[in-house]
Amino acid sequence: MSGPAPKSGLRKGTERFLRAIGFSGRGLVIAVPTLWLLVFFLIPFLVVLKISVAEPMIARPPYSPLFVHGPDGWSLKYTFDNYAYLWQDSLYIKAYWSSVKIAFVSTVLTLMIGYPMAYYIARSEEPKRSLLLLLVVLPFWTSFLLRVYAWIGILKNKGLLNAVLMKIGIIDQPLVIMQTDIAVYIGIVYTYLPFMILPLYANLVKLDGSLLEASADLGARPLTTFLKITLPLSLPGILAGSMLVFIPAIGEFVIPALLGGPDTLMIGKVLWSEFFNNRDWPVASAVAIAMLVLLVIPVMLLRLANTKQEDLI
Amino acid sequence: MKRGILLPTFAIAGFLFLYIPIVSLIIYSFNKSKLVTVWGGWSTKWYGELLSDPQIMGAAWVSLKIGVISATLGTILGTMAAMVLTRFGRVRLRGLLTGMVTAPLIMPDVIIGLSLLLLFVAMEALIGWPAGRGVLTIVIAHTTFCMAYVAVVVQSRLVDMDDSIEEAAADLGARPLRVFFDITLPMIAPALISGWLLSFTLSLDDLVIASFVSGPGSSTLPMVIFSKVRLGVSPDINALATLIVLAVAIGIGTSWFVMRRKEKK
Repeated sequence: MSGPAPKSGLRKGTERFLRAIGFSGRGLVIAVPTLWLLVFFLIPFLVVLKISVAEPMIARPPYSPLFVHGPDGWSLKYTFDNYAYLWQDSLYIKAYWSSVKIAFVSTVLTLMIGYPMAYYIARSEEPKRSLLLLLVVLPFWTSFLLRVYAWIGILKNKGLLNAVLMKIGIIDQPLVIMQTDIAVYIGIVYTYLPFMILPLYANLVKLDGSLLEASADLGARPLTTFLKITLPLSLPGILAGSMLVFIPAIGEFVIPALLGGPDTLMIGKVLWSEFFNNRDWPVASAVAIAMLVLLVIPVMLLRLANTKQEDLI
Repeated sequence: MKRGILLPTFAIAGFLFLYIPIVSLIIYSFNKSKLVTVWGGWSTKWYGELLSDPQIMGAAWVSLKIGVISATLGTILGTMAAMVLTRFGRVRLRGLLTGMVTAPLIMPDVIIGLSLLLLFVAMEALIGWPAGRGVLTIVIAHTTFCMAYVAVVVQSRLVDMDDSIEEAAADLGARPLRVFFDITLPMIAPALISGWLLSFTLSLDDLVIASFVSGPGSSTLPMVIFSKVRLGVSPDINALATLIVLAVAIGIGTSWFVMRRKEKK
């Protein structure tokens, strides 16, 4: 499989050029992605950290500089007022607490819906199994924003759900679901369901069927077998799936913005309005840093789940 | 549990939950009436309205451009990162690279968006580049998270792959670059394609990060959709959703079919 002559000539030329300017190919391959991520991922966090200890100012950009040139040379100017403000204004504490609550409840609901689905897929035969997996993944490839939007038409007062329920006579007054926390739960469960099902499936499909048979042969009822064998063995999958739902749900912006009401407090939404509506960059930065701290525990749990999962193989 | 009726019922209910919203979008895109509760008969007028809306069409073009460039750059950079992490042996700062590659995957969008915007503003004040914000800054932001996804996809392929062929080629005197292009690249090509497609989809879908780092005149499609649907249901967006679902279904269905035929062979 040798390439056509001009191509390999070009390749050789490039190689020679790079070596001439002092780059080994190896060093270049290491340096390019590392530098990119340093500049566009790591340093931005340092900038956020820096601005979170600045004072808001009416200027461009709207915050005070960290290094100040005074009469006796350069000096550092920082303040923790923004963090104190987060602590004092009950809005932020409430928003953090409410994000954790919404993310937690949605994660439990997603697990309850996703587990039977993952179990069912893992126990199906091919080609049904890969077809079902495809059906789980397919919505993920279509637009997330549009899938959230679809629920507006279903949940609003004059929407599809109320129309159907009223037609069959279950209710005679439309249910108010849009712009409540319930709509946010539905939106999160709906959009993150594949993230729960896939790790659970990957775990359950490896479950040794002979263990279940042995348990049944020894007289255990299906429920006992499930509680004593299947459930404990699938714990790493449950943990991984739950964290893959919980972590992004905490910082979610689109779902509470489109489906939630004005009372739906979520930290992603607060950061957004702090930045875009109040134009308070230092407070928005402090919110971001506090949010990162909040995510440390679930991220550690996710790493634990992944190592446990690898141990099982 | 195996022969019970409970499990299939739950599973079917779950799949209905996944697909009813999508199906309802498709059906209502053909509704003549603007109201969801009123069926005004079949019509394709919303498709006509969608295709003649210069704002949506312009934004779609911007998004497609950004998607193709970011996915391509992300695939190149992500593959490099994956190679470093799996094939380069002991590398200084390896832990740093591993951390930086995986962190964007779980970082909330609002934080990525805010931190990049603050960086761009600081850089402009310091060195004058990038001047203002627009397509370029969105491409940089998208490339960064795309490369993280590609790195994970390609890395798992490289770990599973037998590296003895690469070693054999190197033993026979092939230079590293030649080993990569002649042996490694063809073998990881499927992972590169799925990584590229994943990146393209994520870029096309991103609202939050793009909203932070975009500038005047560089509204992406999700930004236009968001500002439209914030005010309520708008049927031309249903038509747009139907077109996207159709494109995705055709793409994924074809690749599934091709893969199954290959497996059978």
